[in-house]
Amino acid sequence: MTTGLAILWEHRDLLIDGFLTTLWLAALSALASLALGSLLAIALMARRPMVARASGALVDAMRCVPFLLFAYIIYYGLPSLGLRFSNWSSGLFALIVYNTAYMAELLRGAWRGLPVEMIEAGHAFGFHGIRLVRRIILPPVILAAVPMLGNQVIQIIKDSAFLTIIAVEELTHAATVIQQTYFLPFASFVSALLLYWVLCVGVEQLVRRVGAHAEARR
Amino acid sequence: MGPGDWLSLAQGALVTVALSLAAIAIGLPLGLALALVRWRGVPYASPAIATLVSLLRAAPGVTLGLLIFFALPTVGISIEAIPAAIVTLTLITAAFDCEIWRGALVDFPRDQLEAAQSVGMTAGTRLRLIVLPQILRSALPALVNEMTLLVKASPAVAVLGVVDITRAAVRIGANTYEPLPPFSAALVIYSLVVFLFVLAQRLVERRRRAAEVA
Repeated sequence: MTTGLAILWEHRDLLIDGFLTTLWLAALSALASLALGSLLAIALMARRPMVARASGALVDAMRCVPFLLFAYIIYYGLPSLGLRFSNWSSGLFALIVYNTAYMAELLRGAWRGLPVEMIEAGHAFGFHGIRLVRRIILPPVILAAVPMLGNQVIQIIKDSAFLTIIAVEELTHAATVIQQTYFLPFASFVSALLLYWVLCVGVEQLVRRVGAHAEARR
Repeated sequence: MGPGDWLSLAQGALVTVALSLAAIAIGLPLGLALALVRWRGVPYASPAIATLVSLLRAAPGVTLGLLIFFALPTVGISIEAIPAAIVTLTLITAAFDCEIWRGALVDFPRDQLEAAQSVGMTAGTRLRLIVLPQILRSALPALVNEMTLLVKASPAVAVLGVVDITRAAVRIGANTYEPLPPFSAALVIYSLVVFLFVLAQRLVERRRRAAEVA
């Protein structure tokens, strides 16, 4: 056991690289899917029934697919459309598109809970259309949705482990490489799990901070 | 896609559903037991469970599955792919179920417990007759939601070599050089499975509402 840990420590840069890749993938896809999800949430709340229904169907379909299947569809499907991506970028692309649907659905839930008076007051002050959404509606909606958005970020971190199957060199992939090279299944996978834990607890702490901040601003 | 391909997709669907049901069947009571220990605040056990649950809730199924499959044999426990898959999915869903059960227990009104105590019910009877029927009702939507999340997490067992819906679709795609038809079929099957869970929940709730009216 101790020799195992010593070998693992010697090759810690492998795990650290994997950890950083996972961190990068999760951070980039969380930010991008939140931005795109806000746009999709606007479509979900659109007054035109066609727009609302079409975007609703898209979100519902995405929420029925396991992430791995979706990642495969992107990985094998994009080349048949003539688009060639590296494993890393098709993994990132899959994470972003998949989670855009989930983020949009979470934001829609918070949007529904927004008091009508707030929107009417916005109208009274001359806010309309995209400015109304951007300045009056989205800020409180995103703040109210922060705990759920945080849970989704944790889901993104966990889903990113699936990308090891399409050979993205993230944390689980690094642990697998160490296990295969030095036969250290226990030390490598337990360290990987602990690193995932650190990431998720970090997100939870961040959510708590933002929540306290939002409470103080009210 | 030929008839043989459809057959292997159907077999994959059976594997996904069977693994998920097994994990749910063990995970629900296991999660409840863990939640009861936490609720009672049993010394040492309660904080230990809290840490374990927090770790498991942050654990990707792929990583946990690899740990169980490769690490258990090194300590002398040989494990096949299917049992390893069931253990992985069970641990994950039990951790989430534990938090759901615990939430329902924490919200349970104290006065009811005290009333039951005052008529001389033992702890076991209180739990069975007063607490469980009510928390089952309040926790059901969240529990069903967790079941659908489990189905979506189940492709993780592919790393152990278990052929579920996703892996069956990948194999067909690799054989026919046309990955999109089997993936689309897999997508429809997953949607059906998820929909079945939601449907079952609606049925249970409707029945109970009918029973309450009667």
